[in-house]
Amino acid sequence: VERQSDRPRWIDLPVGVAILTPGSARAYHTGSWRSAHPVWQAAQCVSCGVCTIFCPEGCLTIAGGQATPEPDLDYCKGCGICAHECLTGCISMVDEEE
Amino acid sequence: MSGRVGIEASIAIAEAAGLCDVDVIAAYPITPQTHIVEHLSEMVADGRCDAAFVPVESEHSALSVCCGSVATGARTFTATSSQGLALMHEILFIASAVRLPIVMAVANRALSAPINIWNDHSDVMAERDVGWIQVFAENGQEAADLIVWAFRVAEDPRVLLPVMVNFDGFILSHVIEPIELPDPERVRRFLPPYTPAVKLDVDAPVSIGPVGIPEIYTEARYAHARALQDAAGPIADAFEAFTWQFGRCYRTVETYEAGDAESILVVMGSIAETAMTVVDERRRRGEKVGLVRPRLWRPFPADDFVAALGGARAVGIIDRAVSPGAVAGPVACEVRAALSRGGARPALTEFVVGLGGRDVSEADFHSMFDDLAQVPAGPAAPRPPRFVGLRE
Repeated sequence: VERQSDRPRWIDLPVGVAILTPGSARAYHTGSWRSAHPVWQAAQCVSCGVCTIFCPEGCLTIAGGQATPEPDLDYCKGCGICAHECLTGCISMVDEEE
Repeated sequence: MSGRVGIEASIAIAEAAGLCDVDVIAAYPITPQTHIVEHLSEMVADGRCDAAFVPVESEHSALSVCCGSVATGARTFTATSSQGLALMHEILFIASAVRLPIVMAVANRALSAPINIWNDHSDVMAERDVGWIQVFAENGQEAADLIVWAFRVAEDPRVLLPVMVNFDGFILSHVIEPIELPDPERVRRFLPPYTPAVKLDVDAPVSIGPVGIPEIYTEARYAHARALQDAAGPIADAFEAFTWQFGRCYRTVETYEAGDAESILVVMGSIAETAMTVVDERRRRGEKVGLVRPRLWRPFPADDFVAALGGARAVGIIDRAVSPGAVAGPVACEVRAALSRGGARPALTEFVVGLGGRDVSEADFHSMFDDLAQVPAGPAAPRPPRFVGLRE
């Protein structure tokens, strides 16, 4: 939980609550919503990249030389779309508690 | 243009919007607002009004177009009525919360069902809480003047809120009366160019109307409510500036013979003209009767209103809309709330009149003043409103 003093007062809000600087979504870590995260079985992953295309947050990347994608857990909401779309079924969603 | 000319109020309203040098008009025709939209489209087609006229397929789209255009800094006008206003409902909240200074004329008309194209205040009272500045005109001159005034208030950097100018459908919209249209040069002086605080600009991108998460929403709603409340000062300033520029004086609350009145009727809109005739007649008989007419409905000018009631013994509140299941009609609830803050406690009587185009006659006003003359002094337990002329 953020401290109350970190947040804008009503008088601090721009007129009409407009967002004046592009890129504000980057400051909002949707990863805090996550109740499960994707885990790859590296042996079955064919590095096709389908999961990176379907990820609604755009938080999956296959870095050069890497075999499996790496989720950016600051933004991964745990939606499970990557696991659902994976062609080889190599992604499983693992509860955060586990 | 100077001097009075015989002109239909709807045409005068359209001409007034044209005088304000509007950039975009997006509207959908609906009875009894139609003549405004038709006349504006003719003005644009004839090249007399240098605006983009956007013919839309619904009122929902009309107001959505208006939101988009005013967000780019374009001066924007629209008009509607009844079901059309109802169809705009969700966009009305967005226009005000995003602080988009649209000006809209509303030819007040009953809501369905039963289908009824005639005048009452059902349409606007259902949109009481949308966060717009709302005023009620008494005659065609006032309706045209308030359009010019509305742009000045809406675009005031201290305000930046949309304004709804209400005027009675048919009774005003279709009546021809002598109206003096504001002088174009004076309108230019009265109305500085619109400078948005935040605008959509491809070279300097911003997001307007984004999601407001629970951590922001309360502050956002409070900021909006404060903006409407704090508009009271600029509203009064603009009335005063209007008087200096055009010589016609408007206030947040009008009174007629109210100073020493023992019985006062609270009226809104065009029926006040009939009511004044009745007040004159009863004054000639020596009765101390008067009228209080709130012109400004949102933000409600509670202090001016309570002051206008003075020391009246009996106050009759006239509603032209029904709020089924409520303790009282919309105007009566407002009056009761304003009076509950202290000061005088007149005996209150509530009336519902003129629904769906039912004429409100001099005899009706006499019967309401007769009621007021008979009520005992002091606060009494609220009774349900009397539906004047109801066949029981």
